Amino acid sequence: MDLFFFLLFAFIAVVCAINVVLQTHPISSALSLVGVMGSLAVLYLMLGAEFIAMAQMIVYAGAIMVLFVFVIMLLNAGAEKRKGSSLTSQIFGIPAIIALFVLLCLSALKWFPSSDLVKFGDFSGGGAQPFGYALFTDYLLPFEVTSLLILIAIIGAIVLARKEID
Amino acid sequence: MDSAAVMNLLKNGVPISWYLVLSAILFAIGVSGFLFRRNIITVFMCIELMLNAVNLSFIAFAHQHKQVSGQLFTFFVMVVAAAEAAVGLAIILTVFKNRSTLNIDEIDTLKN
Repeated sequence: MDLFFFLLFAFIAVVCAINVVLQTHPISSALSLVGVMGSLAVLYLMLGAEFIAMAQMIVYAGAIMVLFVFVIMLLNAGAEKRKGSSLTSQIFGIPAIIALFVLLCLSALKWFPSSDLVKFGDFSGGGAQPFGYALFTDYLLPFEVTSLLILIAIIGAIVLARKEID
Repeated sequence: MDSAAVMNLLKNGVPISWYLVLSAILFAIGVSGFLFRRNIITVFMCIELMLNAVNLSFIAFAHQHKQVSGQLFTFFVMVVAAAEAAVGLAIILTVFKNRSTLNIDEIDTLKN
């Protein structure tokens, strides 16, 4: 059953990710990206990360992607004109991407033998209680620094996007 | 893979390396979109795709070591991604206001 769900949602994630890259209109890319994030949330749930799965749906698919869709709507962004990417990026980019992918896959398969199996329910340390406990004891300082980062980002976004008032 | 190995997979779950390979696939797709797309919003979405791919491997490692720390890293990556999206989209709005284009080839003031 684990294998079936993994293959199903991995397939959905990869198809949606390819769709993000291939679609010419930004709104189609944005909706495909929501599909990727939703299927990744299911995979997180299978890996025992319940809190992160919910945060993925609420923060990523809910908040960040709505921001993207708002900006696409505001800018009235149309379909991309196909001019083709530059020759340099094609000559160097495609072999570099393939090399990166092969390297990542080989290292994953070499260092993590297939005897390590992921089974749903093996690890239950990702619920809200253990997660919050770790966040507010061991990781309290990063948490507070993060709040400062968010404050700076909000101020920066307002300063960048406001209308100039003389 | 013989039939015994398949039965083992069906009964006991998925190897951890499969999750890492899925993460590598998503990351490579994100990089290719980053390199070959010309629309600045789509390029930005490909960056989010790469961040998601890395988050998946963090969660897989957290499961393998049976520790919650990897999930906390994912949480911080999410927060940084939210801040990045807010500032990045504000920059895109400003660029569009000043240049009236979303094509990254035409935004080349810093070139040369």
